[in-house]
Amino acid sequence: MLDHDILIIGAGLAGMRAALSAKELGADVAVVSKVHPVRSHSNAAQGGINAALTDRGDDWRDHAYDTIKGSDFLGDQDAIALMCEEAGSEVIAMEHMGAIFNRDEEGRLGTRAFGGQREARTFFVADFTGQALLHVLYEQILKAGALVYEEWFVLSLIVRDGKCGGAVIMDIRSGKIEVVRAKAVILAAGGLGRVFEPSTNALICTGDGMSLGYRAGASLMDMEMVQYHPTTLKGSGVLISEAARGEGAYLLNSENDRFMLKYAPEFKELASRDVVSRCEQTEINEGRGIDGCVLLDVRHLGEKYISERLSQIRELAMDFANVDMAKEPVPIMPGMHYQMGGVKANVDGETGVPGLYAAGEVACVSVHGGNRLGANSLLDTLVFGRRSGVHAAEMVKSIQHLNVDDSAADDDKNNIQKLLANDKNESFGQIRLDMGTAMKEHFGVFRDEKGMLEGIEKIESVKKRAEDVYVADKGSIFNTNLLFTLELGFMVECAESIAVSAADRTESRGAHTRTDLPDRDDENWLKHILVSQDEDGGHELSYKDVVITDWEPVIRQY
Amino acid sequence: MEVKFNVRRYDPESTDAVSHFQEYQMDMDDSSTVLDGLIRIREEVDGTLSLRCSCRSAICGSCAVKVNGEAGLACNTKIIDVLSEDGNTVTVEPAGNLPVIKDLVVDFQPFWEKIRAVEPWLQPEGEEPETEYLAPDEDMLHLAGVVSCILCGACVSDCTVMEVDSNFLGPAALAKSYRFVGDPRDDSAQQRFKTLNEDGGVWDCTRCMKCVEVCPKGVAPMDRIMALREQVMEAGYTNTNGARHAFEFSNSVKHSGWLDEKKLVVKSFGIFNIKAMIGLIPLAIRSQRAGKVPPIFHKNIPGVENVRRIFEKVETKK
Repeated sequence: MLDHDILIIGAGLAGMRAALSAKELGADVAVVSKVHPVRSHSNAAQGGINAALTDRGDDWRDHAYDTIKGSDFLGDQDAIALMCEEAGSEVIAMEHMGAIFNRDEEGRLGTRAFGGQREARTFFVADFTGQALLHVLYEQILKAGALVYEEWFVLSLIVRDGKCGGAVIMDIRSGKIEVVRAKAVILAAGGLGRVFEPSTNALICTGDGMSLGYRAGASLMDMEMVQYHPTTLKGSGVLISEAARGEGAYLLNSENDRFMLKYAPEFKELASRDVVSRCEQTEINEGRGIDGCVLLDVRHLGEKYISERLSQIRELAMDFANVDMAKEPVPIMPGMHYQMGGVKANVDGETGVPGLYAAGEVACVSVHGGNRLGANSLLDTLVFGRRSGVHAAEMVKSIQHLNVDDSAADDDKNNIQKLLANDKNESFGQIRLDMGTAMKEHFGVFRDEKGMLEGIEKIESVKKRAEDVYVADKGSIFNTNLLFTLELGFMVECAESIAVSAADRTESRGAHTRTDLPDRDDENWLKHILVSQDEDGGHELSYKDVVITDWEPVIRQY
Repeated sequence: MEVKFNVRRYDPESTDAVSHFQEYQMDMDDSSTVLDGLIRIREEVDGTLSLRCSCRSAICGSCAVKVNGEAGLACNTKIIDVLSEDGNTVTVEPAGNLPVIKDLVVDFQPFWEKIRAVEPWLQPEGEEPETEYLAPDEDMLHLAGVVSCILCGACVSDCTVMEVDSNFLGPAALAKSYRFVGDPRDDSAQQRFKTLNEDGGVWDCTRCMKCVEVCPKGVAPMDRIMALREQVMEAGYTNTNGARHAFEFSNSVKHSGWLDEKKLVVKSFGIFNIKAMIGLIPLAIRSQRAGKVPPIFHKNIPGVENVRRIFEKVETKK
């Protein structure tokens, strides 16, 4: 059995930020990640990180309001205010650690415009900000000498009398299963994009953390709020950063019309993501698309500017769509991108299950509510990653380990033996594809009751089939076949909670747009939907009022 | 299109654990990547195939493999661009210069150890400012070209030096070091130069260009290594074979218009380095036998003044 004060699950921005802050306070910290830290999905954030710096004449309250409006007033205002207030110091801390950032003429941090915001307050490293920040945090992890279990897979959390006391983990390289006893566990395992097909998310984004939290007794909140990013490449669904529109790109329909002028006269292409995605889908549905896409046009920015500021996405468009953005418009479509919901957590990461914390995309604080603003996700990971680490480090000083021994791994070991011995013939690839396609069809940009109920049925059948997956690889070493099967279990659970939450919300708000109930209903629905597991393993829904402090909900216009 | 994937397999747990090729016949779209093919193989045909992959958009660095013998990311390599001459085969093997764990999965531990060895974190001196450090945008843009390294290991896989010298820090770690040496906020260049000047450092590169060719992100590690060499020498680390070699190379050409190979060898090792001089004797004999010994008297080429003028011009420009 291994022993640590704090075990952090996930080595992306949230996890590594938590590890650093907890280690600084003297806690014995270990991070466990199913991939090497620099392979984490934080990499994929291209455009930047938001912060209202007062010495630039910006005000965190303005950032907070833009975020609240972006959330369609489902975000909790106290949490949003806190995140926006701490944003500046987080960005500066990253710069001090080594992040390069693009600069202005005086050598200070430069900004670019991003969607849904009245100020240009997005700090950036070309168009690979996430990668740049992720590598800097990894450098700091090396410098601090923090322990990382690289390429270890988390099988389950250990819960005793409603408290979390560690995790059962498996070394992917050897197949060895270990019990880690920990006074605090911080979930920082990222999102669930693979529940949908297609998705901009990496193949590792399989909702592990959300499902682990759910099984351990935590609630999942705002799960119906799934972000469709307005600009993903035709075919592959690869992400084209909002930075393109931030730098001035146009969206055109088949009639060469800048259609966003009509829908969002003030913000145009830079309205919030849910709005732009809906407008695109409307254009496509009404016959003004081109093969199910609209066009993203950056040609007027000039080749030099494009290669300086948008080099990676230009390469992506060339590699994956055979289009040179400097010469032609790129066909794009809305694509599943981000889960606003997640394990319900407060601003210190506490989930309500003693000993269990959550931060980053896996968590729902809720700072994104019905729709996340671009460049607020990196911010979310850093602010709440750091705060969770600090809180956990303080908390572990005064508590003892739970009574945990090696037998805590027995269930997982049996489960794996059972999976390997299964002689049924379902393939995880086909099941995942069927689930992903159903989720896209029934829980996409536009939803309605009939479709969602049909979707729930399909997910139920997927869940049954998932019990009969055949694992062809019987080995212990790097058995990715087994890992995918375990991940499928996590994903199905996430899909279910998205589906039941979505069907429950009888209004349209943020990313949850119902064609049968197109209006926002503030009277009944200024509240979060929470899903938790009941005693029989079924779903139980409950509700929590949205926290409203200074900003009364108004009709959203861009 | 019909594609035959020729994939190198290795299962350490099988009773006769030897690596071998396995063929998979797949019907792929014209726009498919090698990774699309591998994923379909493991999802539809053979679940036992192991490989690392994640983002599918050339940013996570997980899927570096050898395609037709050359390293690259499976996710941004289009099948149609790498089909064999007979038009339907793609050969996929694990990345080189790292031990294979299973199938296309290699052990990255030696890679990470080398990254760690260059102390890859910013080391500024003095008190942190209250706001950001000031730094010119052009310096940061220049660094962005190296920071964009995704640590995929393609350069290490195909490095011709690491193939024979496991002590070499290698292109990825050296490029990482350059990223800090070139950072105006970093104050540890002198310390870093000392390490870079040691055995296994910047002087072990043979300038074969392979890393520049295979890098999927345009980081051009070899160019960074050459820049580091210049900086190491400028910092006063001239007492190495490499530095002496560089000095004498340029001296010889400046003086005579062409290379005096005898003198280059002797000067690079140092004339008083008796052990090295004795070690050169067999080489000298072999060269003699092969008729490859340079002329005893090294004459200036005609028009050597012009060569010298070029040197003067370049030197004043610097």
